[in-house]
Amino acid sequence: MTDFTSNFWGFYIAAIVLISIIGVALLLKSNSVVRIKKGETPELMGHTWDGDLAEYNNPLPGWWVAMFYLCIAFALGYLFLYPGLVAFGNARGWTSAGQHSEEVKQAQDQFGPLYDKYLKMPVAEVAKDPTAREMGQRLYLTYCMQCHGANAQGAKGFPNLTDNDWLHGGSPEKIKETIDKGRQGQMPAFGAAFGEEKVKDVANYVLLLAGRKHNDLRAKRGEATYQQVCVACHGAEGKGNQDIGAPNLTDKIWLYGSSEQTIIETITNGRTNVMPNWQAFLGDAKVHLLTSYVYGLSQGEAAKK
Amino acid sequence: MENQATTYNYNVVRQFALMTIIWGIVGMLVGVIIAAQMYWPELNVGPYFHFGRLRPLHTNAVIFAFGGCGLFATSYYVVQRTCNVRLFCDKLAAFTFWGWQAVIVLAAVTLPLGLTTGKEYAELEWPIDILITLVWVAYAVVFFGTIFKRKVQHIYVANWFFGAFILTVALLHLVNSAEIPVTLTKSYSAYAGAVDAMVQWWYGHNAVGFFLTAGFLGMMYYFVPKQAERPVYSYRLSVVHFWALIFTYMWAGPHHLHYTALPDWTQSLGMVFSLILLAPSWGGMINGIMTLSGAWHKLRDDPILKFLVCALSFYGMSTFEGPMMSIKTVNALSHYTDWTIGHVHSGALGWVGMITIGSLYYLVPRLFGQEKMWSVRLITAHFWIATLGIVLYIASMWIAGVMQGQMWRAVNNDGTLTYAFIDSIKATYPYYFIRFLGGLCYLSGMLLMLYNVLRTALEGSAIDAPVPAVAAHA
Repeated sequence: MTDFTSNFWGFYIAAIVLISIIGVALLLKSNSVVRIKKGETPELMGHTWDGDLAEYNNPLPGWWVAMFYLCIAFALGYLFLYPGLVAFGNARGWTSAGQHSEEVKQAQDQFGPLYDKYLKMPVAEVAKDPTAREMGQRLYLTYCMQCHGANAQGAKGFPNLTDNDWLHGGSPEKIKETIDKGRQGQMPAFGAAFGEEKVKDVANYVLLLAGRKHNDLRAKRGEATYQQVCVACHGAEGKGNQDIGAPNLTDKIWLYGSSEQTIIETITNGRTNVMPNWQAFLGDAKVHLLTSYVYGLSQGEAAKK
Repeated sequence: MENQATTYNYNVVRQFALMTIIWGIVGMLVGVIIAAQMYWPELNVGPYFHFGRLRPLHTNAVIFAFGGCGLFATSYYVVQRTCNVRLFCDKLAAFTFWGWQAVIVLAAVTLPLGLTTGKEYAELEWPIDILITLVWVAYAVVFFGTIFKRKVQHIYVANWFFGAFILTVALLHLVNSAEIPVTLTKSYSAYAGAVDAMVQWWYGHNAVGFFLTAGFLGMMYYFVPKQAERPVYSYRLSVVHFWALIFTYMWAGPHHLHYTALPDWTQSLGMVFSLILLAPSWGGMINGIMTLSGAWHKLRDDPILKFLVCALSFYGMSTFEGPMMSIKTVNALSHYTDWTIGHVHSGALGWVGMITIGSLYYLVPRLFGQEKMWSVRLITAHFWIATLGIVLYIASMWIAGVMQGQMWRAVNNDGTLTYAFIDSIKATYPYYFIRFLGGLCYLSGMLLMLYNVLRTALEGSAIDAPVPAVAAHA
C-alpha cells in the first residue's frame, strides 16, 4: 500500500490530517456564532489606520459557512472511502494500480476478440483484409508513426517501410521478429582506424558500388580497404547481409543519405540504430496485426488483391 | 535626519512601482513571443530564442519581476502607511531594490543561455538562488522591522498577508532550492525521484498560494477599501479566511501530480485539501467585493475600482476552477492540456495582473504628488482592452484544453486511439492564434499604462509624504 517500513507513520499521518481538518472546522465554528438582524448596521471595529482605513465586523455569510462545512464533510467522506489517512480509511480498498489493471482488463475483454480473430490467419491473408488493414493502420499511427512517419516512408535514420528494401528481411516471419524483439543496428566507427584519407577513399568506393559520381583514383584505393574490412558485413559485392542487418550498398536506398559527406560521416563515426521491442507492450495479437500492415505496405497494391 | 523620520520612504516604492510596469511589459512581451512561436513554429530562432528557453524566461519575468516588484512596491507603501512610521532602514530597502533587479537581469541572461535547474518556477541556478536568499532576508528585516516600530497598536490585515507571504516564500525557496553545486552554472537537486517531484510541487503550488495569492490579497486589503472609501466588510471573515488559507494551501501541492508515481494517499490528501481551499479563497473574494456595499455606484465611472473588482471576480473564478481541476476524475481530462494554461492565466492576467494594475493606478499619482493619473480615460481604455485580452486568452485555452483532453482519450471501436497526438495539435492551431491575440491585447494595455504613468510622473515631481501625527485612539 505504501512505502513505509513501520505502521507508526500511518497513524502519524492520519492524526495530523484529522487534527488539521477538525482544527479548520473549529476555527470556522468559533467565528460563526455572531449573527445580526436584517437591517441592523454591523459594528465597526474600533481601529483606524492610515487616516480612514477601518473594518466592519460583519458576521460570516451563512451560505459561505455552509459551503465551508460541506467541503470539510466531503473531505472526511472521501478520506473514509479512498486512501489518504494511510492507517485507516480507504473503505473501498482503492488503488491507482488497481484501477489501471481493472481498466486494462475491461479493454482486453472488450477488444481482445477483435484482434484474436486475425491471430489465426496467416500474415499475407490478414494484409488483404480491409478491416484488418484499417486496424493495423490505427495501431501504426499510435505506436510507429513517431519514427517511421505518418506515411511510413521513414526519415533520416529511420527506415522506409514502403519500399520493399529490408535491413533484416521482409518476410512475414522476419517483420514479426523485428517488431517482437526489436533490432540493434550497429555500424562501427572507423575514423580512428582508417584516418581521414582512407575514409574518403572507402567512401568513394561505396559511391562507385552505388553507381554514383565518384573519384576513380580514390575508389580504386578504397576498394582494397573495403575488401579487407567492410566486406565482413556488407559482402564482397556490397549487397549487404540481412542476417546481421548490414545494408545493401548497391541499391539507391540510403538510411542516412547518399552524399559523400554523409557517407564519410557514417564511416568515421559509425551509426547506432535502435528499433524497440514491442512484444511485452502490445502482445501477440497486435504485433501480428502490425506485421500484416507493414507487410502489406511493402507489397504495394498487389497485397490488397 | 530630521526630515527622514518625518516622511515616508516613497523613493523605494517609486523605484519598484516603475520597474513593475517595465518588467510587466518585458515579461508579457516574451509571453506574446512564445505564444506566436506556438502558432508560427518558424519563429523558434537559434538555441537562445527557442520556446524551451523563452518560456521559463516568461514565467520568471511575469511572476518574480512583474509580480515581485509589484509586491515590493505595495507592501513597502502599505506597511509604512498602516504602521504610521517610516520604513525600517532605508539602506537595506535600497539593497532589496538593487538586489532584486540584479536577480531579474541575471535570470534574463542565464535562462536564454540554457542555464537552468529544470525545476519549474525555480529554474535559476544556485548562485542566483543565494542572491535571492540575501535579498529576501533583507526584505523580511525591512518589513518586520517596520511592523516592530509601528506607532499604531493593531497590525492591519493587509500586513498579515504580506507577512505570511514573506515568511513562507523564504521557507519555500530554501527547501526547494536545496541543491548540490557542480560548477558555477550547474547544480543538482538535493532530492531524487518522486520526493523531488513532491518537493517541487509543494513549492510550485505554494508559490501560487503565497507569492501570487497571499501577497496580492495583502494588496487587495489596502487598495480596495482605500479606493472605494469604505471600511473592510468583515474583520471576522478576514481572520477565518486568513488562517484557513495559509494553513490549507500548504497541503495542495500533490494535485499537480495526480496519476503519477506519487503514492495514492498523498494524491488523495492533495485533492481533499484543494477542495477545502475553495472556501477560504472565496472568503477573500467576498471580503473584497462586499467592501463595496454602499459604494456600488462608484464602479460605474471609476476605472481603478473596475480593475480591482474585476480582479476579485477572476480570483473567485479561478479559485473555483482550481479545486474542480484538482478532483482526480476532472484532472484525468484536464491534466497536460491547455486547460491548465488557461486556468493559470485567468489567475495571472485576471487576478494578479488586474489587482496590481489597479493598485498602481492608485499609487503612482500619490508617489508623484498628483491628485490622479494624467488620463483617467486611458485607464478605462486599459481596463477594457485588458479584459478583452483575458477573455480571448482563457476562452480559447478552455476550448483547446477540453478538446485536447477529449481527443487524447477517444478510442475507436477496436480500442485504438482515434487521434494521433499531432491531430490534437492541428486542431488546436486556431485557438493558439486567438490566445496570441489575447496576449497582444493585454500587452498593449500595459503600453497604455506606461505612457499614462510617464505623463503623470512628468507632470508631478517625486515626493515623500509626511508621516502624520498618530491619532489618539489608534
